[in-house]
Amino acid sequence: MANFEIVAREDFSDVTYLLEIRHPLMARAAKAGQFVIVMLHEHGERIPLTIADYDRAKGTITLVIQAVGKTTREMQEQCKVGTSLYGIVGPMGIPSPIGHVKKVMCVGGGLGVAPIFPQARAFKQSGAYVIGVIGFRTKDLIFWEDKFRAACDEVILCTDDGSAGIMGRITEGVKRAIEKHDDIDECVAIGPPVMMQGVAEATRPHKIKTIVSLNPLMVDGTGMCGGCRVKVAGQVKFACVDGPDFDAHEVDFDDLITRLKRFVPEEKEALERWSETCRLRSQVDAPTPPAPKETDLERY
Amino acid sequence: MAKKKTIRTIPQQRTPMREQDPHERATNFTEVACGYSLDEALRESERCLMCPDQPCIRGCPVNINIPGFIQKIADKDFRGAYDIITATNLLPAVCGRVCPQENQCEGVCTVGESLEAVAIGRLERFVGDKAIAEGWTNVPYIERNEFKVGIVGSGPAGMACAADMAKAGCDVTVYEAFHQPGGVLRYGIPDFRLPNDVIDAEIRNLAKLGIKFECNTLVGRLFTIEQMIDDLGFDAVFVGTGAGYPTMLGIPGDSLNGVLSANELLTRCNLMRAKEFPYFDTPLPLGHHVTVVGAGNTAMDAMRVSMRLGAERVHCVYRRSKTECPARAEEVHHAEQEGVEFHWLTNPVEILDDGKGGVRGMRCIRMELGEPDDSGRRRPVPVPGSEHDVETDLVVFAIGTNANPIMGQTSKLKLNKWGYIGADADLATSVAGVFAGGDIVTGAATVIEAMGAGRKAARSMKAYLGLRDADAPYAGEGKAGAGTLFGIDVKERNFVRIRVA
Repeated sequence: MANFEIVAREDFSDVTYLLEIRHPLMARAAKAGQFVIVMLHEHGERIPLTIADYDRAKGTITLVIQAVGKTTREMQEQCKVGTSLYGIVGPMGIPSPIGHVKKVMCVGGGLGVAPIFPQARAFKQSGAYVIGVIGFRTKDLIFWEDKFRAACDEVILCTDDGSAGIMGRITEGVKRAIEKHDDIDECVAIGPPVMMQGVAEATRPHKIKTIVSLNPLMVDGTGMCGGCRVKVAGQVKFACVDGPDFDAHEVDFDDLITRLKRFVPEEKEALERWSETCRLRSQVDAPTPPAPKETDLERY
Repeated sequence: MAKKKTIRTIPQQRTPMREQDPHERATNFTEVACGYSLDEALRESERCLMCPDQPCIRGCPVNINIPGFIQKIADKDFRGAYDIITATNLLPAVCGRVCPQENQCEGVCTVGESLEAVAIGRLERFVGDKAIAEGWTNVPYIERNEFKVGIVGSGPAGMACAADMAKAGCDVTVYEAFHQPGGVLRYGIPDFRLPNDVIDAEIRNLAKLGIKFECNTLVGRLFTIEQMIDDLGFDAVFVGTGAGYPTMLGIPGDSLNGVLSANELLTRCNLMRAKEFPYFDTPLPLGHHVTVVGAGNTAMDAMRVSMRLGAERVHCVYRRSKTECPARAEEVHHAEQEGVEFHWLTNPVEILDDGKGGVRGMRCIRMELGEPDDSGRRRPVPVPGSEHDVETDLVVFAIGTNANPIMGQTSKLKLNKWGYIGADADLATSVAGVFAGGDIVTGAATVIEAMGAGRKAARSMKAYLGLRDADAPYAGEGKAGAGTLFGIDVKERNFVRIRVA
């Protein structure tokens, strides 16, 4: 069995962290817009994570993860440099088509900033004028601003509380970009479903082609179970093999948001049980129990 | 040799197999059928007439020498029986459990013409279980060659093809996208029909032939079929990825949260062990009133799994009648025993919303059978005005699968009009050196048919690589070793006369 070693880790905030994993074959195959499925340990669940970056020379792929549920928190605790994941499979999904567009807007909200980066870079390499619109809840959660400034021709930074860049939701940044540039050919948006829905509504009146990357619940990621089905233009599509990229103006976001809540009671139960174990364990080991903060159900 | 047996002298009744009590087993995942004891196996082996016609061998998709192994059981030479079975079938413990024998070997059994057929499947399982218990494996002498063979998918088709190619001396690697090998045997068939340790044992046997299993590898995306041939140095590739892509009914409400495919239910429960949540992290949707749409073997598995997960009532909704139901008779019987309620000639028209994204019930319509359709079965037609609501909170679709699109998206393999991989009679695809078989070629079928396809593809691959096929020309020609020299058949010897100076 292959060894999926974690070669680097960076913590952007107390909930967001980056893992760089050695997987030379995947680093060679990965393209912008694809995702992987990770299993932390033998008893773990399979969770889909979008590839945030890949380094063909080093033979590594990068994932940026937000600790929201049991598995992602457990990973935050256990995934140290030098340790190994039980399983990682991919790259999955159809790569994002990086066409010959002249001007493109890449929108990343929260954790979605990570997977939008390879797309922004790929568009830049294809010769497009790239406008990066990135948004975070607050200043402390900002990451990769420098990477975006290096890869994009223009960067618009938004924070919900105005602690950095423009104050307001990311749709605010999108509106400003559209006001400034009336010749945007394409928009790519990744982030929480509500944010992608907002971006879709912001670009719809301007008839800007908008692509979103959907991240519904998945089990196998190979088209075998249908758990990740989404409604696009009234048709059932499987995000894992027919996507994950779809035309934002055709996606039924309400359906997606409802389907993401399929296992909320179970997710809560698993997290509580795990937190309790951690608390008990830390009482034995050290006197300071790290109380996990409750965050909203945000997959990016 | 004993006196010749006749239909009158053999035990008249087929030896029944002990089963767990239906009420008890409906609450656990332990195997339902307990298998034959030694005495039971010996008694059943007496029922084979050793008829000269041997229709059972022709009835078997992999042509096991059935009278041969039954005779060995009767002689109490169980190792000998195992050797005979494994000459053509590496997975007796699996096939003895999951083959639809009533349509294959047992369906054509001579005894079956006047009495109940010999219980060939149960005897095969007896031998397979005995081998696992005793730790037997048959690792034949393998003469290595320089060929490298890649197998995509570790399900029954892939396993069978891998075994044959490894025996032929090739360096075989099997790629699997999941984290554990076994394919449908692992994720699809529940523990109470096929325990996981049986699969593990059979896979260990394959590993002993030198076959390498590479899990967590999604061929097509991590590397393509063409790259396997061009860059990774494979001389031939077999694609046995299975059908995948479950069909949804396309009726209002089928994207509600309480609706899922049988594949998802079974994968969560079997492979991801969601039935042991929260000790395993994968959750499972639990229903009090589960309704399964469809009546194939997968549907039966989904119902019986739901029963064991604690559903109060499990319904089966099928648009044709019991006669047309595609599941094995034994499976339907087991499901009935365990308390599944069958609603024949009923078709869902709408799944009703509970207002919170979940399921409140299902609206169905009664059907009646009309004229026969293309499949030869009578076409069900709706009875006007017969709509009625069924109370349910979890709907499972087990109405078949479509072709998985990954191979088509990532390679130049030619697909047929349904999206399955196009293959000729020898299972060769449109790409040189690439063969395909199993559900990805034929659409959903059975485990043994997939294994048969894997073996057939292996024969074609050997021919393609120029390897001598040990099975084909010599089968049934006297005892092994007789008339051969260093394993070379008499007819193939090519002695050159040399004159001694």
